[in-house]
Amino acid sequence: MGRYLIRRTLFLILVLWIVSVLTFLIFVKLPAGDPARRAAGTRTTEAQVEEARERLGLNDPIWVQYTRFAKGLVPWPGWFLNEQVYYSFKNFVPVKEEIFGRIPVTITLAVGAGATWLLVGIPIGIISAIRRRSLADRAGMLFALFGVSAPVFWLGLLFLYIFWFKFQQMGWPHAPGSGIPTGENLFEAVLAGRFVMPWIVLALSFAALYSRMTRGNLIETMGEDYIRTARAKGLSERRVIFKHGLRAALTPVVTMFGMDLGLLLGGAIITETVFNLPGVGQYTLNAIKTSDFPAVMGVTVFAAFFVVVANLVVDVMYAALDPRVRYS
Amino acid sequence: MPSDCLLEVKDLKVHFPTDDGLVKAVDGISFTVDRGQTLGVVGESGSGKSVTFMTIMGLINRKKAHVEGEVLFGGRDLLKMPEDELRKIRGNGMGMVFQDPMTSLHPYYKVGTQIAEAILTHRDMPKEEAHKKACEMLDVVGIPQPAERAKQYPHEYSGGMRQRAMIAMALSLNPDLLIADEPTTALDVTVQAQILELIGRLKEDFNVGVVLITHDLGVVHDVAQRVMVMYAGRAVEIGSRDEVFNNPLHPYAWGLLESIPHVDQKGTRLVPIEGLPPSLIFVPPGCPFHPRCPHRFEPCDKEIPAFIDRGGGHPEACHLPIEDKRRIYSEREAGRRSRKAAS
Repeated sequence: MGRYLIRRTLFLILVLWIVSVLTFLIFVKLPAGDPARRAAGTRTTEAQVEEARERLGLNDPIWVQYTRFAKGLVPWPGWFLNEQVYYSFKNFVPVKEEIFGRIPVTITLAVGAGATWLLVGIPIGIISAIRRRSLADRAGMLFALFGVSAPVFWLGLLFLYIFWFKFQQMGWPHAPGSGIPTGENLFEAVLAGRFVMPWIVLALSFAALYSRMTRGNLIETMGEDYIRTARAKGLSERRVIFKHGLRAALTPVVTMFGMDLGLLLGGAIITETVFNLPGVGQYTLNAIKTSDFPAVMGVTVFAAFFVVVANLVVDVMYAALDPRVRYS
Repeated sequence: MPSDCLLEVKDLKVHFPTDDGLVKAVDGISFTVDRGQTLGVVGESGSGKSVTFMTIMGLINRKKAHVEGEVLFGGRDLLKMPEDELRKIRGNGMGMVFQDPMTSLHPYYKVGTQIAEAILTHRDMPKEEAHKKACEMLDVVGIPQPAERAKQYPHEYSGGMRQRAMIAMALSLNPDLLIADEPTTALDVTVQAQILELIGRLKEDFNVGVVLITHDLGVVHDVAQRVMVMYAGRAVEIGSRDEVFNNPLHPYAWGLLESIPHVDQKGTRLVPIEGLPPSLIFVPPGCPFHPRCPHRFEPCDKEIPAFIDRGGGHPEACHLPIEDKRRIYSEREAGRRSRKAAS
């Protein structure tokens, strides 16, 4: 177990290093346009651009630049997203401050959506699997097909159109619209139900995937020899399904969940944009639109860090859930 | 001997409707199993051996199969029993051991826990006690250091040990009947012998009736007291081991016996049975074996031969008169010997 974890951790550090090198090369050494010129702004003299170049440290040797950049990946006080590199040259705010200020919104969105898709997807998958070819199964798989096919931006706008705009027009109690009004903190926003539509919209496609995955895994598991053994012991069908079947069928689902959640914590760009939620994803989109290189690098590094951490958590969970992994 | 009769199967039929037609997996089979006795069930793949006993255990999906006939166990018909009552018999009154021990145990649970779960399903006792009993059972089936081994997962066991654990699980509730479905097919030959020896010993110690399903006639000869030969979902011959091996009456049994190697006939070619087993959807009319039978005559493709004793000392299903059977079998035996001499 210990050796397994050490091996996985070393592997993930390697991944982070590769990400850092690639990000560095793309944003610092191969930028679309001179970063110094972009930092200095439009209508500037050569001297001002040179000054910006010096200020950004772009005249330093490449390894000094890389070290400064790579420090931003190390979760150490003063290093992580350090202000020397990760400092927005559009709104002159440290990227760390922006991200840390926005991460609660993203976490609220991701965790709420995650809970929603698990609570919807897994039960649908289970029912579909044990009542295979029934009406419930057909309905469940139709839902899955819809969920997988419907793009989030379309679904988000559709929800806003129906539950906010149309409901408001007809005088029905309507859902809160998009965004969080100034002066309202996150907790109040959750209580006001401002996250309900984003949760549902973001969760739908995942719920569809998870219901399919649960169904497929459970059907496969229920055909295993050890399920026959469990029945031959005289266990009730309920126990056979929920103890012996789901235990094996849900293990890959749990690990998948860790990965998906890690990915979303790096920012759910589309959902945050459609519902105007001030999360990391929205910041990412703005940074890209305004060519704010330090900000883009920052969110890239930040998202990579979350994905890697999620991977590690998933590896630990996998080892805890599947005894065969611990010894390999 | 009726008092020793554990299981009586009368005219059992198991048919599965499929998109291609009705699969007659088991088509009218009758036999008994006695306490303290091993019944060897032999037949090719698809002859209905496993389906018969899966049906008896209630392990086939009743909604997907038409099941007819009677399965009397402890005086009650299992086929008419509601599912929750049947469950009390499964594992408790009869235990089953399966072919592949590598996949028959749950990979995520400790072996001891899996055995204890079987005990706790049928007995009201504290968990610790069930666990102790599970360790005892592991000891009984010859697993060294049972207390430590019980805490391990199946992947830490060898194939032979997993099969021992399966046997421990099947016997942990002192069942009356142990059904072993090809328990040694997936194991090495040396381990095979150990497992068969174990089953034989436990049959005496636990005084159970044993059903040993196999396609290995050597295994049947070594451990069974009675033998049932199956073909296309029917029993074609049932008798004591010595009768079936020394005095077989059905042409299919002749073919089976001639297709296994004998140590004393080194160098002679084995004689396979011509043709293939029939599709269970389009079973040939009359005797299902007649297209492959070298001795078929007038009624074989029209009438299904009754499964009765025609004077040979045990029931079989073949139209040939008993005198002809004896003559043909001795001729085939003589032919086999002369081939041996010629080689």
